[in-house]
Amino acid sequence: MPKQQANWSPYDNNGGSCVAIAGADYCVIAADTRMSTGYNILTRDYSKICKLADKCVMASSGFQADVKALQKHLAARHLIYQHQHNKQMSCPAMAQLLSNTLYYKRFFPYYSFNVLGGLDNEGKGCVFTYDAVGSYEKVGYSSQGSGSTLIMPFLDNQLKSPSPLLLPVQDAVTPLAEAEAVDLVKTVFASASERDIYTGDKLEIVVINADGIRREYMDLRKD
Amino acid sequence: MNFMASKQPENSLLGPEADSQRTLYPYVTGTSVVALKYKDGILMAADMGGSYGSTLRYKSVERMKPIGKHSLLGASGEISDFQEILRYLDELILYDNMWDDGNSLGPKEVHNYLTRVMYNRRNKFNPLWNSLVLGGVKNGQKYLGTVSMIGVNFEDNHVATGFGNHLARPILRQEWHENLSYEDGVRLLEKCMRVLLYRDRSAINKLQIAKITEEGMTISQPYSLKTYWEFSAFANPAQGAVGTW
Repeated sequence: MPKQQANWSPYDNNGGSCVAIAGADYCVIAADTRMSTGYNILTRDYSKICKLADKCVMASSGFQADVKALQKHLAARHLIYQHQHNKQMSCPAMAQLLSNTLYYKRFFPYYSFNVLGGLDNEGKGCVFTYDAVGSYEKVGYSSQGSGSTLIMPFLDNQLKSPSPLLLPVQDAVTPLAEAEAVDLVKTVFASASERDIYTGDKLEIVVINADGIRREYMDLRKD
Repeated sequence: MNFMASKQPENSLLGPEADSQRTLYPYVTGTSVVALKYKDGILMAADMGGSYGSTLRYKSVERMKPIGKHSLLGASGEISDFQEILRYLDELILYDNMWDDGNSLGPKEVHNYLTRVMYNRRNKFNPLWNSLVLGGVKNGQKYLGTVSMIGVNFEDNHVATGFGNHLARPILRQEWHENLSYEDGVRLLEKCMRVLLYRDRSAINKLQIAKITEEGMTISQPYSLKTYWEFSAFANPAQGAVGTW
């Protein structure tokens, strides 16, 4: 009898899009709340955003079970860090931890596409963007997930990122005000919901600034 | 002669012999489970069929079971894996009771435990071939969640497994609202189960509806839904297309 082929897959794509934009003294992280499988919607009210530390928030889309496991893993590691160092992890530190955690499963990856957003130790906004196996980069803005191909070019157009080839090295952190960045995020998701079937239902926006963390919601198309 | 043969213990999951021990496909399966939140708690419905491929082998399978004081578990998929899960949960509840500290595992905790179990089995490429629905009430808080065989989980006001996702969820999205009365909730569930009975090949007309509230869990005696087969389009299906079969 020839060797049986598996008729189940350990992976699934539960869809959705995530965005993060870094400002001079704030960071906006947003994701839709739709969870799908194939052509079905499982639920319209599922948060893809997880607060990892006081000034560090992660939004992830992809395979929900892997995302959940990853969030739990990082939350546990953060707790240990707090016990050992008596302080919160900084966003750049969490960024490195996330990368290492993802690469650890290089040969059975977390099917999770992440953007990490928060404030660095000087209170300036920072955004890190990842692929499923941990390659990451500090950027001024990013999007991941099913709608990223629609969202990213628009963000590139609006946020005019300077070329990384220029010298001296210029920061890609946007000069936009917080309210303008939030507005841009809302526009971007409204547009993505039009054409990406996996993005829609509701938008969850998290804003981190010196005052703390604030959460906002906006309805999106339900079709 | 094989000098470099590595000896693996008999129960390891490495090597070719292990392949025969991993779940490849389900054998005896249950079909959809549908559940919703209502005013006093959770209502859940499932039929009592256990199919062996296309044969209806077992007709009195209870696919919903109480877990501890506060939860109700419904399962579709492989029945033997469901029984295995009940054994895991039995031990979990036992240890919880042994603490004898006045505390008891609520539906949220049981759902989390089940999610971890399902995900871990998926990681080992030996899944428990079930889609689970976990509902309950604790301290006035209603909870209704679901886990799939690869660990995808979420909670919502109404959930369903298998065909229920295609046929029942749209009805529930249209007609569910907060604070449904018990009668309305049962009526809504029966509406969903009737559609499943008409259109799901593996559904049978013998179902139970379970209710869980702060007071406890009750499960109805098995009963049947009234069905109507005399729609004119079904009575003479060849009417509009002579020569069809």
